[in-house]
Amino acid sequence: MTTPPPDHQPGGSFDDPGFNRRKFLVTSSATVAGGMLPSFAMGQSPASPKVDPGSTAGPLETSKVAFEVNGTTRSLEVDNRTTLLDALREHLKLTGSKKGCDHGQCGACTVLVDGKRINSCLALAVMHEGSKITTIEGLGTPDDMHPMQKSFVKCDGYQCGYCTSGQICSAVATLDEVKAGIPSHVTSDLTASPELTPEEIKERMSGNICRCGAYSNIVDAITEVAKS
Amino acid sequence: MKTFTFEKATTPAEAAGAAARKPGAKFIAGGTNLLDLMKLQIETPSHLIDVTGLGLDQIESTPEGGLRIGALVRNTELAADERIRRDYGVLSRAIVAGASGQLRNMATTAGNLLQRTRCPYFYDTDQACNKREPGSGCPAIEGYSRPLGIIGVSDACIATYPGDMAVAMRVLDAEIETIKSDGSTRVIPIADFHRLPGDSPHVENALEAGEFITAVTLPKPVGGKHYYHKVRDRASYAFALVSVAAIIQPDGSGRLAVGGIAPKPWRIDEADAELPNGAAAVAAKLLAGSNPTPGNAFKETLVKRTIAAVISKAKQDN
Repeated sequence: MTTPPPDHQPGGSFDDPGFNRRKFLVTSSATVAGGMLPSFAMGQSPASPKVDPGSTAGPLETSKVAFEVNGTTRSLEVDNRTTLLDALREHLKLTGSKKGCDHGQCGACTVLVDGKRINSCLALAVMHEGSKITTIEGLGTPDDMHPMQKSFVKCDGYQCGYCTSGQICSAVATLDEVKAGIPSHVTSDLTASPELTPEEIKERMSGNICRCGAYSNIVDAITEVAKS
Repeated sequence: MKTFTFEKATTPAEAAGAAARKPGAKFIAGGTNLLDLMKLQIETPSHLIDVTGLGLDQIESTPEGGLRIGALVRNTELAADERIRRDYGVLSRAIVAGASGQLRNMATTAGNLLQRTRCPYFYDTDQACNKREPGSGCPAIEGYSRPLGIIGVSDACIATYPGDMAVAMRVLDAEIETIKSDGSTRVIPIADFHRLPGDSPHVENALEAGEFITAVTLPKPVGGKHYYHKVRDRASYAFALVSVAAIIQPDGSGRLAVGGIAPKPWRIDEADAELPNGAAAVAAKLLAGSNPTPGNAFKETLVKRTIAAVISKAKQDN
């Protein structure tokens, strides 16, 4: 493990007059062992994702489920534990939806279910009997892009692209949510129809993280579609 | 994730009965908290009962002039309901202050009440935690306690109830309707729903084994200006350090509940009564008997200042 520079260590900087030998021992052991402080204290978000240790015991429990994906009915038999995201990616080979955190924190797995955006990593496939699911592959194709896809390309609303399919699915649903009059945290008048200001877009898209930081271009891309 | 068997319930009574018959069974609806915890093996149900097919997704008027919110009404629908926005604005504001658009589309009314703490020690299975493993200890008390509770806590646990929706429901005097496995029903005032940790922090609410929430009822509207002021480390999509749900009348009287500081939405009648006398008076009553750690004592000041901000806004608005 790389030791972080001193000013990033929990417990303070070496220049900090309050930094003594005892603190140093505690913080350095925490830094090396990584187990003395909870992940939150190490500067990560609460519920910081870990790799699922999986199961080593118990019989495999499976169920049959059928749902519509991008207009086509798909029938599967899956381990009950299979998330909708894994069903799409691993069973149906629709790898446009991405697995980022796998804990509902990053939004890379966002798909539309019955027209509403959800985190497919926090949904069980077996709970979606009869659902109508739209993934990025169903929104448009390289030859026939959805207006939101075109706008992301035009406005350069991405860098590495890993979060982009989730961003675009989320953005499409965001415009529908505003049209439906659903308020947000920054809506000033709860009883009026919300307006699609940049402030509203930022708040409504806060469940989609972009580590490259393409946010301002993403806001531009969504604004352009909303105006057209 | 551990393996589990799966069934879909068709009536609330059947769901409650199935849960009582199978030890280790859990209800699942939105799944946003349960699946997260199952992936970390903090929750390890052996059987899941899918309750999303039960109906219970309507918001209806009650004969008393209030609203009855079905247990399965999603957060987005509840926050957007015209009657909620008009007459219970504090509830709409609290819901949209929490989570993300995607999560609010999934999360249900009953599930949101039952969401578990975000104490980092509860989430980190390398750590002891009395809530996760009763009797194992609470390293949070002498550890990293910044986001944790300052009142209502115990020597066994200082975790907070993390949600926003329930804080608004507390200020609205909501009631929770349930059905038990024997088919009997009861109504639990929200004040009595979440319990304080004492020496058994793993028991978080008043529900009995298999007892299933069917609805949350709101009394008739009380008027006034509605506020949900949430202070957090990010501008969006973060849990509250302190949140204040308040309804303030034109004469300065009102009621308030505070989130982010206790194992349940924190409301004290004597504090409500001090609202016309200002934030310091309210906070003194609200936080009487508080027991913060050095790491979270700042929340006492933050509570007072957040209440002051709400009172100040109400004076401008009223």
